[in-house]
Amino acid sequence: MSLEGVLAQLAAAVAALVLGPLLLGWVNQWRAWLQNRTAPPLTQPLRTLHKLFWKESVMAHGASTLYRLAPYVVFGCMLLASMIVPTLSTNLPLAPAADAIALVGLFALARLFISLAAMDVGTAFGSLGARREMLVGFLAEPAFLMVLFTASLITNSTSLATIVSSLSHRSLAILPSLAFAGVAFTMVSLAENARIPVDNPATHLELTMIHEALVLEYSGRHLALLEWAAALKLFAYSCAGLAIFFPWGIAQANDRTALLFSLPVLVAKLALGGIALAVIETILAKMRIFRVPEFLASAFLLGVLALLVHLLLGA
Amino acid sequence: MSATLAALDGALAVAAAWFAIGIAGLAAPRSVRFVAWFLFPLSAILGVVLAGVALAGLPGGAQSAILPIGLPGLPFHVRLDALSAFFLVLLGLAGSGVSIFAAGYFRAGEGTAPGVLCLQYHVFLGAMAMVLLADDAYAFMVCWELMALASFFLVTTNHRIREIQRAGFLYLLIAHVGAIGILLCFGLLQANTGDYTFANMRAQHLAPLGASAAFLLALFGFGAKAGIVPLHVWLPEAHPAAPSPVSALMSGVMLKTAIYGMARITFDLLGTPTWWWGVVALAVGLATALFGVVFAAAQVDMKRLLAYSSIENMGLVVVAFGLAIVFRAYAMLPLAALALMAMLYHCLNHAVFKSLLFLATGSVLHATHERSLGKLGGLLRYMPWVAWTALIGVIAAAALPPSNGFVSEWLLLQGFLFTGGLPNPYLRMLVPIFAAGVVLVSALAGYVMVKFFGVIFLGRPREEKLAEANDAGFLERLGLAWLASGCVLLGIFPVAVLELIDPVASELLGRGLAQGGRIGDWLVLAPVSAERASYSPLAMLVVALAVVGLAFVLVRRFYHGRVRRAAPWDCGYPLQTARMQDTAEGFGQPIRQIFEPLFRMKRELPTAFDAAPRYKVTIEDPMWHGIFEPIAAATEALSRIVGFLQRGRIAIYLLYSFLTLVAVLFLAQA
Amino acid sequence: MNPIHVQLVNLFAAAMLLLAFAMLSQRRILALIHLYALQGLALTASTVTVAWATGQHHLYGSAALTFALKVVVLPWILHRLIRRLSVKWDVETLINIPTMMLVGIVLVVFAFNLALPISDFSRSIARGTLGIALACVLLSFLMMITRSKAVPQVIGFLSMENGLFFAATSATYGMPMVVELGIALDVLVGMVILGVFLFQIREQFDSLDIHHLEKLRED
Repeated sequence: MSLEGVLAQLAAAVAALVLGPLLLGWVNQWRAWLQNRTAPPLTQPLRTLHKLFWKESVMAHGASTLYRLAPYVVFGCMLLASMIVPTLSTNLPLAPAADAIALVGLFALARLFISLAAMDVGTAFGSLGARREMLVGFLAEPAFLMVLFTASLITNSTSLATIVSSLSHRSLAILPSLAFAGVAFTMVSLAENARIPVDNPATHLELTMIHEALVLEYSGRHLALLEWAAALKLFAYSCAGLAIFFPWGIAQANDRTALLFSLPVLVAKLALGGIALAVIETILAKMRIFRVPEFLASAFLLGVLALLVHLLLGA
Repeated sequence: MSATLAALDGALAVAAAWFAIGIAGLAAPRSVRFVAWFLFPLSAILGVVLAGVALAGLPGGAQSAILPIGLPGLPFHVRLDALSAFFLVLLGLAGSGVSIFAAGYFRAGEGTAPGVLCLQYHVFLGAMAMVLLADDAYAFMVCWELMALASFFLVTTNHRIREIQRAGFLYLLIAHVGAIGILLCFGLLQANTGDYTFANMRAQHLAPLGASAAFLLALFGFGAKAGIVPLHVWLPEAHPAAPSPVSALMSGVMLKTAIYGMARITFDLLGTPTWWWGVVALAVGLATALFGVVFAAAQVDMKRLLAYSSIENMGLVVVAFGLAIVFRAYAMLPLAALALMAMLYHCLNHAVFKSLLFLATGSVLHATHERSLGKLGGLLRYMPWVAWTALIGVIAAAALPPSNGFVSEWLLLQGFLFTGGLPNPYLRMLVPIFAAGVVLVSALAGYVMVKFFGVIFLGRPREEKLAEANDAGFLERLGLAWLASGCVLLGIFPVAVLELIDPVASELLGRGLAQGGRIGDWLVLAPVSAERASYSPLAMLVVALAVVGLAFVLVRRFYHGRVRRAAPWDCGYPLQTARMQDTAEGFGQPIRQIFEPLFRMKRELPTAFDAAPRYKVTIEDPMWHGIFEPIAAATEALSRIVGFLQRGRIAIYLLYSFLTLVAVLFLAQA
Repeated sequence: MNPIHVQLVNLFAAAMLLLAFAMLSQRRILALIHLYALQGLALTASTVTVAWATGQHHLYGSAALTFALKVVVLPWILHRLIRRLSVKWDVETLINIPTMMLVGIVLVVFAFNLALPISDFSRSIARGTLGIALACVLLSFLMMITRSKAVPQVIGFLSMENGLFFAATSATYGMPMVVELGIALDVLVGMVILGVFLFQIREQFDSLDIHHLEKLRED
């Protein structure tokens, strides 16, 4: 637990808190440009958060302590997840605390709390959203774990720091199992972060919303925390994907100068990833909700296939 | 020497004391106060004592004794070794929580007099302790039967209700089918020597065919008690029929005695297992787990949902068991120890969180008299103690960090990730598929638990009378809090728990996790090595709480903390009633749709011309229809054929005797 | 650490397996044709890589033939066919897609294990991919079995031939040119005949649903 470790950890947390909403803003800008509209400014999500924090929090009469607690718990889980994923550096004091399986568990914990909070108010939309969220979750979580298992089998470890340092030190090699895992990971990412083709982040129609239905009754600072948590989740997923599939540029332990370079490299990688996300969202159309299990089942089976290809080809 | 013997004596003393308490209950059979305020709390204290005694006996070597009870020439042999001690700890911890809850739970008018109930309950507890201590087949089978009979009487406590009678009969039937399997297995194990003690069975070396037959019979016999598919059909009937503390004991502890039996026979009495036994156990376990969790998602009765969830967890335990067998068969001992630790830890976790959940449903049942999920809701406001402890149990059952359920899941998945080192290529490729199955099952378990907690405790009450629900009494709260703190502590200090359990692996496999590998230090769990995998629930919890606290404080400091109450927005819909929430069927509908081939559904759909339209869907167990009904039909056909022998005329019966005499004379001459 | 050409061949093999799975789960016929063209492209690229790495020049010829036939001519014929038949609808499968993919995974495991001892005998640089080629063949066969319209069945048949060709290039260094030309001609002629056949079916039953063919039996 060295001083640079603690500093790296704090830097990762601050970077997550700031870059998360900025990434969201970047994706929204590109979506607007691709659709020939004028784009909101890059810092719009941060301004929205500031505005929401000032607003009063209006709660339903029947809402319980769980309802009030859930946004904080979800925010805490997502920030913890962002601190565990190696974003800027692998020298994180928190890295031994949670490995890849615990990361998936953290996301699941957040999902449980937000689903329960949605059911707490007792409206039809809340329970609908909870049901759909758990449906997406129960298929996406195994698929994500399969992707992580592939990376673990290749690097012989489930610790994210070890995976990153192992993969970045391999000589440039094309690993077909990682190619399969990459496709599966993209599909899972789209589903878990409530993006088209699984869920429309800008919708308010009953037939189409999943994430919106969960936060329908929240307002004020609670809504701000939940929106920030969603931005952090997108950031964490993007960084996890970058760490596994494009790990170059992340500072390794005992490498001070690399820490200075890692931030611009991360920003550049995230920018490219954001453009790719915007392009995917513009090209694809949203699926019917009954097709979502098939989509996720394909992602899950692709993950299993990635494991099998690794065991056959040794690559 | 005297210290080590003390553990066995202590365990026997507690078992005897439980029997004594049971008999004492008969002294005042109708007095609720005597039974509830004196006897049950006493047995709870004895449970804690048992756990402590067994914990002290874990690291020491095995101790045996011969009891003067039993038939002349066939006394009871008893033995306390690490495996028995671990399961005795489980029995003590879970049993004490359930007993103290039961002290506040049982009231007059349950159907059986409180004193008689006390007798049955304590005979059940004592018999389970003796099963864990038994060292020869005779003692084992007597105590096993005693356990089955006592639990049968407990299940049929409200024996005036027809369904409960039927459930009890089914339970007894399958328990005896399983007992036959276990008897046959013991018969094979003693290998014609006539000596049924476990020490003799350990010394025998069976031919591969005989050993495999013994293993399969043990899997069948103990599987019937543990609820392995297809012998699970008694579980969803018996658990809901029994009163909640009994369901908690059955689900939490009795199912684990079956796992104890499997582990004892495979690793201890049979010596080195064969690899394909492990594959059979893996396949059966995964099928059970998947079946259990999918059916749990479709249930509308809260106790049936928990019963199916128990089936799922037992499936996961058998999966871990199979993995341990595979590793042991290939002599990869540290990995076998890892898988065995995962199995034992999951047994302990399940005992604690499942008992907690069943006890919570007991409180809900007493407060509202409703078992169906369609008539509950919003109880978080009226029963906060029950609801918040149930939340801890739900997080544990869904296997989420930082609870204990996550630790055993983590250990199991770590074990699966090591299978790349197996020499057999088919196994190397099949096992990741099993890992995928395990992951799918645990994700579905989260779905089931959200349904359970959300429909019962959250939202609006679906019936008006729910507003009068009372929270649990003092003794009930004590029991719930004991088990909830067990969930939390087992989750936050996994290294300490694993170090305590390690002697079991050393004894059964020859090498524990700590020797050769490592378990970790007090903060971080890192079996094998820290670069490979590590997990620290305490650090995660502390950081998460720090973040939450900091967020709370900073928001209040820089902005404000005002709250205003209003009606729920609900997208502007003016009319909102409690019946507009999701029903239990509705919440399970996506799972029903995805896994449709697994169910047997009967639907009654309304037509456009119905004056009072009804929609009804019944979900049945396909095993019942596919396996048991044909067997029942075949048995009846067979008995009808044999019934031809019963003619009613005396001349025919005399003819039978005459023919038998002639045949015997003929054979004696030959 | 494998040399670069072995990695490239592995990559193209993985791409072919991915495309075979994608075809298994695809519902729309137009997308099926595009996936088939992509599979042909992956096949061509793999053959070119093997040719470049081992210096077997006849493989360049067969790669060119593959490209011309499977990436250009056959997809064009199929496009024209479905335009003239006015077939553009979604394809319903006989069993649902997740179950089919599960069966597909089992077939892949089976194929991989089958190929392990055989690939030890081969001296080709791409011998690790024999299992993948076998898996592609089995998956295309599965696709043929579980579709209820005629055009996807035809595409399944063509994809099976792709898998066989890949197996040939990975286990040995391609087949003799005569054999290759013969197979290519067979496939071309087969396509023409199947095209005529499809028209006849449509004339007879007014639909390309193969369930109608079940009427042709002894009753």
